[in-house]
Amino acid sequence: MYSICRLYSAGLLIYALVALAGLAAHFRKTRAAWVATSLCCASTAAAALELCASVGALIAGEEFNWSLPSGLPFVHYGVRLDPLSAFFNLALSILAGCVAVYSIGYLRHGSAARRPGLFCFFFNLHLLALTLVFTASNIIFFLVAWELMVVASYFLVVTDHESSESRKGGLLYMLMSRGGTGMMYIGFLLLATAAGSMEFQALHGSGQTLSPVLGASAFLLLFFGFGVKAGIIPLHIWLPAAHPVAPSNVSALMSGIVIKTGIYGMARVFFDFYGVLPVWAGMLVLVAGVVSALLGVLYALMEHDLKRLLAYHSIENIGIILMGFGSALLFRSFGHPQLASLALVAGLFHTLNHGVFKCLLFLGAGSVLQGAGTRNMEEMGGLIRRMPWTAFFFLIGAIAISGLPPLNGFVSEWFTYQALLAGFGATPELTRVAFPIAGALLALTAALAAACFVKAFGITFLALPRSGNAERAIESPLSMKTGMASLALVCVLLGLGATWFVSIFAPITQRAFGVQITQQLVAGNSLLLTAGSVHNGSVSPLMLAIALIGLGAVPLVLWLALGRKSPRVTGPTWDCGLPGLTAANEYTATAFSKPLRMIFAALFRPRREIQAEFDISPYYPKVIHFESEIQPTFETRFYDPLLAGIMAIAARMRKIQTGSIHAYLAYIFVTLILLLLFGVRV
Amino acid sequence: MIGQALSIVFHVAFVLMLAPLVTGFNRTLKARVQTRRGPGLLQPYRDLYKLLRKGMVIPDTASWIFTATPFVLFVSTLLASLLIPTISANAPLSMYGGVLAVVYLLALGRFFLALGGLDTGSSFGGLGSSREMTISAIAEPALMLAVFTVAIGAGSTNLSIVAQSALGQSWRFLAPSQMLAFAALFIVLIAETGRIPVDNPATHLELTMIHEAMILEYSGPYLALIEWAAALKQLVLMTILVNVFFPFGLSPDWSPGAVLFSLALFILKLLMLAIVVVVVEVSNAKMRLFRVPELLAIAFVLGALALVSTFLFQG
Repeated sequence: MYSICRLYSAGLLIYALVALAGLAAHFRKTRAAWVATSLCCASTAAAALELCASVGALIAGEEFNWSLPSGLPFVHYGVRLDPLSAFFNLALSILAGCVAVYSIGYLRHGSAARRPGLFCFFFNLHLLALTLVFTASNIIFFLVAWELMVVASYFLVVTDHESSESRKGGLLYMLMSRGGTGMMYIGFLLLATAAGSMEFQALHGSGQTLSPVLGASAFLLLFFGFGVKAGIIPLHIWLPAAHPVAPSNVSALMSGIVIKTGIYGMARVFFDFYGVLPVWAGMLVLVAGVVSALLGVLYALMEHDLKRLLAYHSIENIGIILMGFGSALLFRSFGHPQLASLALVAGLFHTLNHGVFKCLLFLGAGSVLQGAGTRNMEEMGGLIRRMPWTAFFFLIGAIAISGLPPLNGFVSEWFTYQALLAGFGATPELTRVAFPIAGALLALTAALAAACFVKAFGITFLALPRSGNAERAIESPLSMKTGMASLALVCVLLGLGATWFVSIFAPITQRAFGVQITQQLVAGNSLLLTAGSVHNGSVSPLMLAIALIGLGAVPLVLWLALGRKSPRVTGPTWDCGLPGLTAANEYTATAFSKPLRMIFAALFRPRREIQAEFDISPYYPKVIHFESEIQPTFETRFYDPLLAGIMAIAARMRKIQTGSIHAYLAYIFVTLILLLLFGVRV
Repeated sequence: MIGQALSIVFHVAFVLMLAPLVTGFNRTLKARVQTRRGPGLLQPYRDLYKLLRKGMVIPDTASWIFTATPFVLFVSTLLASLLIPTISANAPLSMYGGVLAVVYLLALGRFFLALGGLDTGSSFGGLGSSREMTISAIAEPALMLAVFTVAIGAGSTNLSIVAQSALGQSWRFLAPSQMLAFAALFIVLIAETGRIPVDNPATHLELTMIHEAMILEYSGPYLALIEWAAALKQLVLMTILVNVFFPFGLSPDWSPGAVLFSLALFILKLLMLAIVVVVVEVSNAKMRLFRVPELLAIAFVLGALALVSTFLFQG
């Protein structure tokens, strides 16, 4: 335990030192490439230490605590590495390590390269804050770490602050985060008053001691407060605005792990601070999951900005995670701890898996952005020839995120399906029908995600280049390829080695539900993953992979027997008799998703305008202008009225905002007196 | 161990040989109903043999994805068939993946096939890929609801266990939930295998084609693998329909006598299902692409009704 503690603290210390070194380099105006290189290597080392500490803590299944006094009442810098914290810290350190390696090459170009020291300062500060968010052991310190994380990530998002898109994205992110944090504050305070303590340990089960109304309000506040960070619909609007404008290594980290702080908060609240919650709570989480998953993927399909597309997929995957969490809550409400463990494992496993493949995909998008100089898929194409490695790693990520066997996405989606399927038999009355319907919609989501990644990969990397930039694209340097390769490897390992990996969840379910799941979920000499028992259903990604390779013998034999002597020539693609196939003949991203845009027209409300200019006859147009867009429903229907309301109230409040400091001092004084009176009376 | 290896080899050989026959039977029967002579039952075998020996032309715009696609498609479909009780209720690899793995293995093949379509740079390829992914996506919820109904009935997603539990109660297919799930799955079968009224396997008209558009640039052995995989996929889906819903005579083990009987009955059941598919094909016109979602919505509703009736009749 002691060595784990030392590893963990050493990791934190290195993050802090690297951040300071970055700041020093910035003020000494050192911009040489070695600054970024050495600082990124140091961050990788810190991530490796954190990884060892987290794995150690999970295998030991124990927790450790330490704290430093701050000299203020209620506040101390307390840190705790319990299984849940260790799991999220594990996910963080895997991603942080790979992203840091990738950054070595990435920081040679682009806006971050102009201020490598400053970037490294915020980057490491961000990692430090994230580690603390996952491991803080009391409310105050948690919130301090949380704010630090938000501020650091804000500065990372606006790295390219010369562009107004970047500033707008950052501002929206900041505003939404503030709203979410506000809700979290109230929710936490309600729980803290019930427990009479700010310590997480004392808060265990404190949700039960609150009155039903207060308990429900605290639950809702915390769910939506963390939901803003996680990006559940309709609180998601900052996500597609902020993730694409950030440098790609930052987007990778944000989509991979920063939004998971919301998931961590929910897991902490749902399965640690609350005991058995009423049925509506689980139902709310399940429905929020289904809606986020489905709408997330539908909006992703309509995007042709590669990074925005990926950002919308983050919303989708958060939805899938919440389906697992919602089912776990429902199972606990109906007294099925075994099934609740299965559902929780599904949600947590998908959290890690999504982190890994989404990080990989964003890094791939970063390489494409740097190599081809655009985020617009309609200007790409044929990159598989210019950037073969990036294409290969992106393909691995695309297969994983589409939930296809035998990679990691398949495994966690399989668990989610099994949890939803078990729900039908284990819950009474109407809730039981909700489970299979959620399962069917998950199937729709997954199939749409596959369609979306056929589009993302196919339009970006295959066929002919659609612009000069794509024609001249260059492959990324070794460090960036290494970062992507490591994540691709983790995708494969988490898929094929899932039977060995799931035991890592044992201490978490043990604490949450008192259930030992390893015997339940693994069978057949660690070859099979099961849904409770082999009878309920089993799967073995490793054996499927072996069988896929083994069955490759069949086409091989056929070829040896019959086709060996047949000639193989290269020829032009059929161009319908026109003079030569050009990029203009290719399907575009917009065209690819056109059938779905028409099928789901009620949601998208697509608008299009076609104007043709002609001289003699409309049949011989000279120029055709085509414009097509979809309605951002949530922005126009929900946020615009909300914003208008806030502005109206603010206009009225302007009357008391005189600008005179004396008036403001008077306001503060009056408020203080009122609060004191109120406090004395209570 | 050796027994299992033998059963795998036998199973693989059996489905590989049977799949083109089902396609041939479909085509011949369709021709006869339309008072044509048709190419004969064995024509798909001749086609495959010919294609496998032919040379091929690879488009100069294509990358390694184009080459990998036929193999991934063929192997993943073949693996899916090994998870389904075909000859014996005890499918060789059913332990290693249940019905969810079947659905997702087929999705893996489709994913690559759609990429292969886009890889050529031809507009036909993109058109086919886009339509294929769209239709399969909206078929997925109906498929999953039907699958869920069956899995809930048997308490397992392992198809061997599902078939064995159905063997125990031979008349279960009369339960409303099973009949509704069958109907939903039947519509999905029509959509997924590209039959009329969703797609027409016999046309090369760009306005209507889906599957054929994706594979337009393939030739020679690659085309053979893709055609064979398409036949296999059809067999896989039909096998689920006949053996999971009507498992009569399915041999519970791999003893030779029981297997032979089971085989004969299986082929008979397949032929009957094929007749139904042909009747649907010849008595309908192909739908406009944007009418297909309505058909699949019907399948979804049937699947949902199947679930609700499970809930009603099982308490």
